[in-house]
Amino acid sequence: MKRLLLCLTLSLVLTAPVEAVEPDEILANPELEARAREVSKVLRCVVCQNQDIDSSNAGVARDLRLLVRERLAAGDSNDEVMDFVRARYGDYVLMSPPLTPTTYALWFTPFFLAALSLLAFFMVMRRRRSAHPVEPLTADEEQQVVHFLNSKNQGNAE
Amino acid sequence: MIRFLAFAPLLIALVFGIFFLWGLNPNRDPNAIPSVLISQPAPDFSLEPVPGIQVPGLSRADLEGTNGPVIVNVFASWCVPCRAEHKVLTAFAKNEGHTLFGINYKDKPDDAARWLNDLGNPYERIGSDFTGRAGIEWGISGVPETFIVGGDGTVLYRYVGPVVGEQAVATFRAALSAAIASSKEPAL
Repeated sequence: MKRLLLCLTLSLVLTAPVEAVEPDEILANPELEARAREVSKVLRCVVCQNQDIDSSNAGVARDLRLLVRERLAAGDSNDEVMDFVRARYGDYVLMSPPLTPTTYALWFTPFFLAALSLLAFFMVMRRRRSAHPVEPLTADEEQQVVHFLNSKNQGNAE
Repeated sequence: MIRFLAFAPLLIALVFGIFFLWGLNPNRDPNAIPSVLISQPAPDFSLEPVPGIQVPGLSRADLEGTNGPVIVNVFASWCVPCRAEHKVLTAFAKNEGHTLFGINYKDKPDDAARWLNDLGNPYERIGSDFTGRAGIEWGISGVPETFIVGGDGTVLYRYVGPVVGEQAVATFRAALSAAIASSKEPAL
């Protein structure tokens, strides 16, 4: 039981989100600090590229974290801080790319493909439903089949 | 409508094919981060000189009214590729007469001074960016990075990584020639 508990605790600790924020960076004002974390989570680290600056240990990421806190402490809104960083590093620095003509393909291709496959699906279904059902043979045709089968059997017997 | 749909798979395959072809191009660098500075005025910054080095510091004002384009190189003594690049930059400055400014990025002044004394100092001005704040203003992601700034203080070109090797030097030289050509145009 003890061992199980230890394992559970360890697994919780080991899967806790990575945090790179160092004690000396944290702002005294908890409200500002919370906003800084919020902003840091949507800003991309320009060195590691697939990490936000909040979880990156890169030097530039730390500098950017400090910068974000400095701007917030100076009275900037979250958006103003983001614009400040964007002005220097471009849209690239945002974890989720903004909707601009150059990113239309990125944003809309999934919806376009989904719509296309839905359309294809419904067209196939409609075609299948409207296909003519098999009609039973008329008495006359039945007679013909029997006649045909009989003549064949006779042929085999000879 | 039906006729069009019959071609849809071909069309989709074609679009994806072109996309993958573009992605597989070995000359494309997926890590290249476009700089927002190109064709923009150089960022505002003001840096003290590196103590122990006999050249002045660097600020935004020094980039304006220069005679032709200048090379602004961001370097550090702890950066190994910078050491390799140093020879190339020295050649650009000493042999070819281009103006070379430096930004000493997040370096200990003593280390920087020792490094420059050992390797020689091709820089006309060096700003000491101890905090890395000027680096952020320039939008750099690491060292070395090298910019070409026009005589009016406009950023014309950015090279990420060391200007080392035939291809890199050729690319950089071409950008430099283009910068010189464009700076001479208004005078004509």
